[in-house]
Amino acid sequence: MSALLSVKDLSVSLGGKTLVDGISFDLAPGEVLSIVGESGSGKSMTAKALMGLLPPKANATGTAMFDGANLLAPDTKTPRGTGIGLIFQEPMTALTPVLTIGMQLTEALVSHELCSKDEARSRAIDMLDRVGIPVPATRMRQYPHELSGGMRQRVVIAMMMLLGPRVLIADEPTTALDVTVQAQILDLLKEIVSETQIGLILITHDMGVVAEMADHVLVMKAGKAEELGPVADLFALPVAAYTRDLLDAVPRIDAVSTRAEPETETLLSVRNITKTFQTRGALFKSGAAHRALDDVSLEVRRGETLALVGESGSGKTTLGRVIARLTAADAGQVLLEDTDLTCLAGRDLQARRRAVQMVFQDPYASLDPRQTVGRTIAEPMIIHDTLTKAERTQRVESLLGKVGLGADMARRYPHEFSGGQRQRIAIARAMAARPTLVIADEPTSALDVSIQARVLDLLEGLKQSEDLTMLFISHDLAVVRQIADRVAVMRNGRILELGPASALFAAPKHPYTRALIDVAPVPDPTRKRGKRPVLQGDYPTGPLKEVDAGHWVAG
Amino acid sequence: MNTSTHQDGPRAAPGFLRRLLRSPSGAIGLAIVLLLIFCALFAEMLAPYNPAKMGAGGRFLPPGGDHLLGTDEFGRDLFSRILFGSRITLLIGAVAVGISLTIGMAVGMIAAFRRGWIEAILMRSTDVLFSFTETLIALSFVAVLGPSLQNAVIAVGVAGIPFYARTCYAAALVETSKSYFEASISAGAGPARLVLVHLLPNVLPTMIVVATLGVSTAILAAAGLSFLGLGAQPPTSEWGYMLAGSRDYINRAPWLMTIPGIAIAVTVLGFNLLGDGLRTSLDPVERK
Repeated sequence: MSALLSVKDLSVSLGGKTLVDGISFDLAPGEVLSIVGESGSGKSMTAKALMGLLPPKANATGTAMFDGANLLAPDTKTPRGTGIGLIFQEPMTALTPVLTIGMQLTEALVSHELCSKDEARSRAIDMLDRVGIPVPATRMRQYPHELSGGMRQRVVIAMMMLLGPRVLIADEPTTALDVTVQAQILDLLKEIVSETQIGLILITHDMGVVAEMADHVLVMKAGKAEELGPVADLFALPVAAYTRDLLDAVPRIDAVSTRAEPETETLLSVRNITKTFQTRGALFKSGAAHRALDDVSLEVRRGETLALVGESGSGKTTLGRVIARLTAADAGQVLLEDTDLTCLAGRDLQARRRAVQMVFQDPYASLDPRQTVGRTIAEPMIIHDTLTKAERTQRVESLLGKVGLGADMARRYPHEFSGGQRQRIAIARAMAARPTLVIADEPTSALDVSIQARVLDLLEGLKQSEDLTMLFISHDLAVVRQIADRVAVMRNGRILELGPASALFAAPKHPYTRALIDVAPVPDPTRKRGKRPVLQGDYPTGPLKEVDAGHWVAG
Repeated sequence: MNTSTHQDGPRAAPGFLRRLLRSPSGAIGLAIVLLLIFCALFAEMLAPYNPAKMGAGGRFLPPGGDHLLGTDEFGRDLFSRILFGSRITLLIGAVAVGISLTIGMAVGMIAAFRRGWIEAILMRSTDVLFSFTETLIALSFVAVLGPSLQNAVIAVGVAGIPFYARTCYAAALVETSKSYFEASISAGAGPARLVLVHLLPNVLPTMIVVATLGVSTAILAAAGLSFLGLGAQPPTSEWGYMLAGSRDYINRAPWLMTIPGIAIAVTVLGFNLLGDGLRTSLDPVERK
């Protein structure tokens, strides 16, 4: 079959820097080509070059033949929309917040003069139905903010498909979505490709998504193509060393857990915590109450890693913040070594805080931009310890060494560091307080896979060497599988299942846990499955009952 | 761009100055403000006459000749009066903005940091003050305190507080919600440390920009009060007051009104341009 799109020696340079260096690939009708790489690999830049969306100063060379025209030639007008459609990562920014869904869907059809207004409307409704949006006629009158993230991404896909493109470029289309929603969107894209025989270029950093979706894979690193091949071969026998590293770095949800569960005394005991957030109402109307935590109890044993898993809105972050006393609970107790943290206030609280330290998700907001790294790490010591300046400097340097950074970095400011380095600095700051419990809230979800692997190794190593107990909050089951001893699955402010990681992953007892594990993409192309279960409806949320030793399930 | 300053530079100051000078508005604004400061500092040496001496050569002399910008109704040298006026103008700007900035920042930071009922009281009363125009607040203050330059400056300073409080409150709210702030809370930092070490340095860049832009507003407001006879009293060489005094002679000696007016306009322009330049060069997004 002849190629839909044929790219040869595509290079993009900007300000003397080569961002994309000699990329070549062919895309056939009905084929899914995945471009994989970490941030800065040039994968998004490749897509932008094909769409003619490069920044004005960038310079693209090579050829990209589509429909008999070279897309990279300066005088070619890119058939944006009608020939090649683009789906972005963030569905909210791809839609205009001030126009209804209907207007946005029909606008392109009408402005391209493809059909009349009435016909555009009926075609838009058909397409919304096609991408699995319930009651499409009503949705046409709604605004983007009235829809969930997954629904918005469906609308974006519908918007693109309406124009009948023959190539669709999806740039991290599911990265901003929850894992269950991600599964649905991926299924939808797959269906569209096989039914309409368009070509799909799927740009992603997630090897799991690649394995489930792609026919061919292009691995990119620093602008260069490291490897291009059929998905099965690439996963089975990766040729390039970089591909092997990338595959090794990916945490596997189906890995065999070798972790032994420590049988120790209870360090932290959370009892019947309830937290309700009041949304601000209108002038004469009180706001709606959102129950973030609903009578949550759990225990963390000394020396273990307990993972809190759930989708957005499950209450996992709120629980972590309540334990760290960054959010006050409405009711319940947090007992750390028999001190109730929820009762403390003022100086007692300040003194006790050092025992619980947090590592936050966003490495770019978690360091004070106006403090040197050294001062940031030294802060807990300045507050709690009576050390001389020389002793402090020495300890800061040793902490920097422990997290794998040079001692000379203490004098620098955060903006000089990469995301992964910043996260190491944040970990060093947490260690500086000599905590007994570290709460890591999605510490690697903003990082590239290879960097994620190293940060996870670092946390694991520190946990051993510093005798730490860790509460690990994550949405990523594969990461949790790698690092956790025990796992608590949360949904809508309730714990649905709590048990040893090995038992919970091997034989999940709660239907929601089963579904969560089922939809997570597995980086193994030989494990292709049919349509995944839709994660909706009601799950049992009753009180936890012990079904096995240490394995609790909501009834 | 400025990788060389990264190694040792505290806050990378040279890079900041270079960015400021590279933007046209920043460079022009800085030049005007520096010229103004120069005039104010060396007014005695630069001024050809004593600004208060009457009848030196004749009344209503047009610009040119012995008197560069002419003389006024008492025969005082206008150029000398403008030079000495720059002193007062700068002083008014600095003191008035100083009053609004310190009190406004304190209110804004305390409200954002403490939240709860303190926040409600502080910000709602700010809202109430905000709903009156600054001139009205300043006027009522002068009405209570009595007309004098000092009182006019205090009045303008107080009238500006709500604006600075609101801006600082918004900036501080953003910072207190960032995770570095929460990490510091977790480390056990007390209120003093949180505010002085983390909050203040992070809201300061925003407030410096706002204050620079605010200097021009303060100068205009004080000139307005002087124009109404509620600020500077004779024989002070204050631009707003000079403007007021020349009203009766607008046909006979138009330069008496034009020149102080231009002086005020150029000063306001200078501070506005400088504030604009500071905003772009301090903004980390535009920096890239």
